[in-house]
Amino acid sequence: MTALAALIRRDIKIALRVGGGALIGVLFFLTVTVLMPFAIGPDLPLLTRLGPAILWLGALLASLLTLDRLFTADHEDGSLDLIVMGRTPLELACAAKALAHWLAAGVPLIVATPALGLLLNLDVTATSAVALTLLVGTPALTFTGMIGAALAVTLHRGGLLLAVLVLPLSIPVLIFGVAASQAAISGPLPFGTPFSILCALSLVSLVVGPFAAAASLRHGLD
Amino acid sequence: MTLIDLANPTKFLSLTARVLPWLAGATTILLLIGLYQAATAPDDYQQGATVKIMFIHVPNAWLSMFVWGVMSIAALGTLVWRHPLADVAAKAAAPIGAAFTFLALVTGSLWGRPMWGTYWEWDARLTSVLILFLMYLGLMALWRAVDDPSRAARAAAVLTLVGALNLPIIKFSVDWWNTLHQPAAVLRMGGTSLDKAFLIPLLVMALGFSLLFVTLHIAAMRNEILRRRVRSLQMMQASQQAA
Amino acid sequence: MSLGPYASFIVTSYALVAAIVLMLIVWIAIDYRNQKERLRELEASGVVRRSGRQATEI
Repeated sequence: MTALAALIRRDIKIALRVGGGALIGVLFFLTVTVLMPFAIGPDLPLLTRLGPAILWLGALLASLLTLDRLFTADHEDGSLDLIVMGRTPLELACAAKALAHWLAAGVPLIVATPALGLLLNLDVTATSAVALTLLVGTPALTFTGMIGAALAVTLHRGGLLLAVLVLPLSIPVLIFGVAASQAAISGPLPFGTPFSILCALSLVSLVVGPFAAAASLRHGLD
Repeated sequence: MTLIDLANPTKFLSLTARVLPWLAGATTILLLIGLYQAATAPDDYQQGATVKIMFIHVPNAWLSMFVWGVMSIAALGTLVWRHPLADVAAKAAAPIGAAFTFLALVTGSLWGRPMWGTYWEWDARLTSVLILFLMYLGLMALWRAVDDPSRAARAAAVLTLVGALNLPIIKFSVDWWNTLHQPAAVLRMGGTSLDKAFLIPLLVMALGFSLLFVTLHIAAMRNEILRRRVRSLQMMQASQQAA
Repeated sequence: MSLGPYASFIVTSYALVAAIVLMLIVWIAIDYRNQKERLRELEASGVVRRSGRQATEI
């Protein structure tokens, strides 16, 4: 277990350094959220209605942006080969890296949500609903995105390909994340239904992601 | 000839030479019969003659999913059994499947226009097919992004299997999303249970298109095997010249 | 065979399907010819397959 804990600590430390990628994700989240009203117009009621969708899209794109760094830095300095060859099962190592990535890059997004909710004129219920769904949904985005990151790790400019591969797989998370937020704000639907499906999606990704990523790394690094 | 013989590319090639003419012939006959039956089918009570588009839309939609299934089996062959022809089968199937998916989208859109008034309606079924089309394109991009054919095959195999796992989830999510935003049931594509006058042409066309896929797939596999032969001969030539 | 008021949609659908299927067939046929041509060139330049068989043999 200490090997995995060390891996998690190392990844978090690297990510939180300047240029490490964690805080740039939040900055991108902020930028995208600020960009949307310029496209939509300063119509406050409209922005409030679109608020959960805008925040979720921003978080999705921000986590996509930082996924690139999940494996490429390790691949470039050779530590990825050591991790693949190590005694710890590769699936657990991938899960540990994804967990570290989520802690360093995903959690700041959730922390930033209340501030951004103010920009979109969302009230407390709405903001908490979005924050809660992001808390449960961003692990799914990270763990599913890890599969694309592992597939694209050996490509030099694999960033866009990674996005193209990962986005269709993220659509269910997006659908249920926004639906759960809307249900908490206004919907006739109980919050629990889409929220529990969102939880289920995250739990499935916690299993499928590491296995698929490990398989990709093993086959792709020969 | 046992199944294991098919694992030999050379034996497979000689098999294709014998089998392709028959497959092509059977495909043509079936499609011609299907076309005639589609042309002479009666008009639908609600949709009029536009129901004839169903005879080409439904087979393409069904094939778009079937081809991903074929690629998934090939992916298992690559990753689990390391079957030599699995890579070839997977790579050859992707563009053909993408073409059928594209046709399903376009015919679906053209079918929807008379019914809905718009060319695109974010209907649950068509939206799922659109996402499937994006996944096909992503898969084809991955095939071409990696230089080494066997590494590309293994990466593509993982993506194919992950995609296969996600397709039911995506279908379920999009259905859910659609009912959330369109509570009034719009005229559903395909209607309720099909009358025999429509079912038979549909089945014949579905069978014809499936045979078309098999024919095209085997021909494309033959090309892929030849392409790999070219590559290995070029590498041999390069090493001879270097020596 | 009267195709009703939306005849153009029906004809366009069938035409598009025919066109794309035809393109697939033509692409596969041209690819086949290209690969055979390249194999012929390689054989002519003196490369020999490991099995000793003809390069262009099916």
